[in-house]
Amino acid sequence: MSQELLVKAQGVKKYFRVRGSLTKKIRAVDGVDLSIRRGETLGVVGESGCGKTTLGRVILRLLDPTAGKIVFEGKDITRARGNLLKEYWKNAQMIFQDPHTSLDPKMTIASILLEPIRFYKINVGDEEEFLTRQMELVGLGKEHLYRYPHELSGGQKQRVAILRAIITRPKFIVLDEPTSSLDVSVQAQILELLKDLQRKFNLTYMFISHDISVVKYMSNRMAVMYLGKIVEVGPSDSVFENPQHPYTRFLLAAVPIPDPKIARTRQKLIIKGEPPSPINPPPGCRFHPRCPFASEECKRQEPPFIEVEKDRYVYCWLYVKK
Amino acid sequence: MEFVYKALKKVIWFYAGIREKLSRGWITKNSSRIREWELMAYAYSKSPIGVIGGIIVFIVFILAVIGPIISWEPYWEYKIVINESYRYMPPCLTPSCSGNPLLGTDEWGRDVLAMSLYGMRISFVISIVVVLLGAPLGIVLGLLAGFKGGIVDEILMRVTDIFLAFPGLVLAIAFASVLPQRLRGVLEANSVLRSFFASLFGLREAEYGQIAALLSIWFAMVIVWWPGYARIVRGSALSVKEMPFIEAAKLSGLSTWSILFRHLLPNVISPILVMMTFDIATATLFAAALSFLGLGPQEPVPELGFMISKAGQFFPERSSHVVVYLGSLLLFIAIGWNLLGDALRDILDPRTRRAIEYRFEKEEKKRG
Amino acid sequence: MESRLYLPEGEILRVEDLVVKFYTYAGVVHAVSGVSFYVKNGETIALVGETGCGKTVTTRAITRLIESPGRVESGRALFRRPSGELVDLLRIDTEILREIRGKEIAYIFQDPTSALDPLYTIGFHIHETIAEHSKNAKKKYTFKKAVELLRQALIPNPEVRVKNYPHEMSGGMRQRSVIAISLSNSPRLLIADEPTTNLDVTIQAQILDLLRSLQEQYKMGVILITHNLGIVAEVANRVYVMYAGKIVEEGTTEQIFYNPQHPYTKLLLRAVPDPTKRVEKLESIPGVVPSLINPPPGCRFQPRCPFAIIKCASEEPPMIRVEDEHRVSCWLFEKS
Repeated sequence: MSQELLVKAQGVKKYFRVRGSLTKKIRAVDGVDLSIRRGETLGVVGESGCGKTTLGRVILRLLDPTAGKIVFEGKDITRARGNLLKEYWKNAQMIFQDPHTSLDPKMTIASILLEPIRFYKINVGDEEEFLTRQMELVGLGKEHLYRYPHELSGGQKQRVAILRAIITRPKFIVLDEPTSSLDVSVQAQILELLKDLQRKFNLTYMFISHDISVVKYMSNRMAVMYLGKIVEVGPSDSVFENPQHPYTRFLLAAVPIPDPKIARTRQKLIIKGEPPSPINPPPGCRFHPRCPFASEECKRQEPPFIEVEKDRYVYCWLYVKK
Repeated sequence: MEFVYKALKKVIWFYAGIREKLSRGWITKNSSRIREWELMAYAYSKSPIGVIGGIIVFIVFILAVIGPIISWEPYWEYKIVINESYRYMPPCLTPSCSGNPLLGTDEWGRDVLAMSLYGMRISFVISIVVVLLGAPLGIVLGLLAGFKGGIVDEILMRVTDIFLAFPGLVLAIAFASVLPQRLRGVLEANSVLRSFFASLFGLREAEYGQIAALLSIWFAMVIVWWPGYARIVRGSALSVKEMPFIEAAKLSGLSTWSILFRHLLPNVISPILVMMTFDIATATLFAAALSFLGLGPQEPVPELGFMISKAGQFFPERSSHVVVYLGSLLLFIAIGWNLLGDALRDILDPRTRRAIEYRFEKEEKKRG
Repeated sequence: MESRLYLPEGEILRVEDLVVKFYTYAGVVHAVSGVSFYVKNGETIALVGETGCGKTVTTRAITRLIESPGRVESGRALFRRPSGELVDLLRIDTEILREIRGKEIAYIFQDPTSALDPLYTIGFHIHETIAEHSKNAKKKYTFKKAVELLRQALIPNPEVRVKNYPHEMSGGMRQRSVIAISLSNSPRLLIADEPTTNLDVTIQAQILDLLRSLQEQYKMGVILITHNLGIVAEVANRVYVMYAGKIVEEGTTEQIFYNPQHPYTKLLLRAVPDPTKRVEKLESIPGVVPSLINPPPGCRFQPRCPFAIIKCASEEPPMIRVEDEHRVSCWLFEKS
């Protein structure tokens, strides 16, 4: 995997207006800096309300950022429209969580797959032959081509969704909880397929999920989000084995481990309270109301990003050297 | 209702055969679609009210089309000119009065049965076209409003509100006072339009004045009709647009209009089709009501509502046969469409789909 | 001829050979085909399996919550009431069963939002539950009890929360309210069906911890239904692995995780990524869950089993003892 940056996000913010109010805003993403290297899988974890799903959509420009800059392959696509945006989408795609609603129920599999081909005017020769070969890539047979989505199983539908995402041979794919709706055994198949395709086509993944075990398995690097901001980022193994940010510690301590001895003997860290609302985030460090190490400074000022080791960043006053 | 299913299946495969001839491999590529049609035909054949409704609508359709052609009495000849006693002759149901019109005569001595054939064409054309014009207009605006949201939605919905607030009757009265004059002039001048609308309604070109009145009812009705569709479609569009496959369509490079018509519309169309079917019944009755009030064509045009209105003056002593017969005819037409709409609603309901599918498959297996 | 009801000392529930079928338009669905398990006082058992394995139907069936077209065909569900009396839940009077449900046996479901009536406050829910089971429950008394229960469920400011409506609370808070409601009559057995699946992982940890401490405090037996093996490892004492309406393996948590015997259990464990270990590749289970309308003869896992032998396709394997408390339903372990 190279060091070349494929995607670079700086100061990205996305606020949503609260219905019925002119001034109140939901600060879903509140200042995120992120870079994704070509060929890697960046995992993004966090709980509900942390903004990871919104971040994925903003980076893909399905939503317009309220502020900040997004650069893809050196081109600034923050305010891209029309043709520039379409060019971006030829190279950046998304795989959605629920295969039952991410495929148009009124279209056959073949029509669904041909749509991006046709709209990007990609010449593939004989369409049926092309589609048959593509279906093999995700382990599906020709007989599925002319069926409707409801005639396929959940796992098969997700394979179609994956195929649709890679059919224009994009470079970058955002995966939003791609296996959360699937059974455990099917999940394993899909994850292996995703890894396989990444190798084959040198894809770069942004893997968003609330399931930390899955993210750790799939990602080279992992970013942890809390209330619209990234609190920690670094190589997955390192973040998991040695979490620096207090929230990351709570988060990882809460992940159920399928190993009884470890589960029983490991340190119990139960987090206090509930996550605050993204409409009125606390001042200073977002996590301070629930943090056992909160200091006065944490309550007043937002901490900077500290590089604790090479390629390991934490967003916390504890690590600022005086 | 086995024969209904078999007949529909023949129609489906006939159509498939034609498509196959036009492009080889069409049947394989659309095998799932064909199966969907077969499934719907099967579900339809299993619904007795649907079949009855369908038969009624079919009869109405046939009569509407050939009515003016087979009608044995031209509507523009007033028989009362010949003999006053021809007015409101009672129905001739016994052999003793043979030679007289079967269902009696109307205000001008014309055979009521023969007149109703003309009337059916008029009612049919008006109701169908109002729905076929009003629905698409409302649908497109509803899709746009629901999908775009924000300012576009607000503006479109306020416009819809304004139109919804208009009482249809008042609007029709307003139009009836102003429009016929204008349209009269247009039809007088333009022979192409004149002959087109005359043949459409099954009338003589000489009646272009009355045709203008018909057209003004049309206008009033279309204006009143489209907002309902806009509302409903907007609601459906609001929920469908949240679905990931719409986002995926955006990522495939589709423009807003492409997304609206390729993805949004097919997924909201089912309840609309049902509504349209019911609406044709409503429109039929509404048009008749407007004519009844005198807002539509006058004599000699044998519009059903108008004839009932005239007969109302002598009801019930002399003209009950006219009122009863023509009223029942309107009822018959409306029931037909309503039953069809009911059946359609059941067929298109996704919840009953699986049960229908299983029964369908079982019967297919039995047939071998 | 009535066989005497017998429950070993320390056990609070024993289900024997439960069979539940659904008579649908598509055919007869053999949802549960001969399931047996037991729960001891103060222990947590887990029913683990993927979608459609029958774990939910099983727990609904034991208190006869199954509605048409489902039917409990046979089996026994022996329950020891606080009085010491033994009853077969599947056969007792509906009146007595209603007494037991909500008082001696409590349920928690997956979605706390739909378990709560949005028109009533949490306090009222608790009042209703208590009033249903005791003749003279006065509002003042139930109100105090409600505050106490909410406090036990670790809800901050319970005096305020007791007057809240469900929509005024977060998901975690609602699930804790549901727990409080279910505890209002001090049940002896708690059935929790995927209680934390819809919740964030940190909230889940809070809820599981809460359940653990409450279980100790109330000395309840707990049946936990889940598809998440991590949760099983954290909270369960014993595990029953279900597949296609049958129990394929049962044992203590350690036995199941460290010494899995059934091919399905082994594959399931290898399909789940364990973040504490270096995993090269996740094992997947080829094929799909069979239709339960005409289940295949013999072992239900046989079509997908990489170790299937000829016998597996024709005869259903019995439960074979591997070690103490550890049994597996698989011909590979037949002792000759």
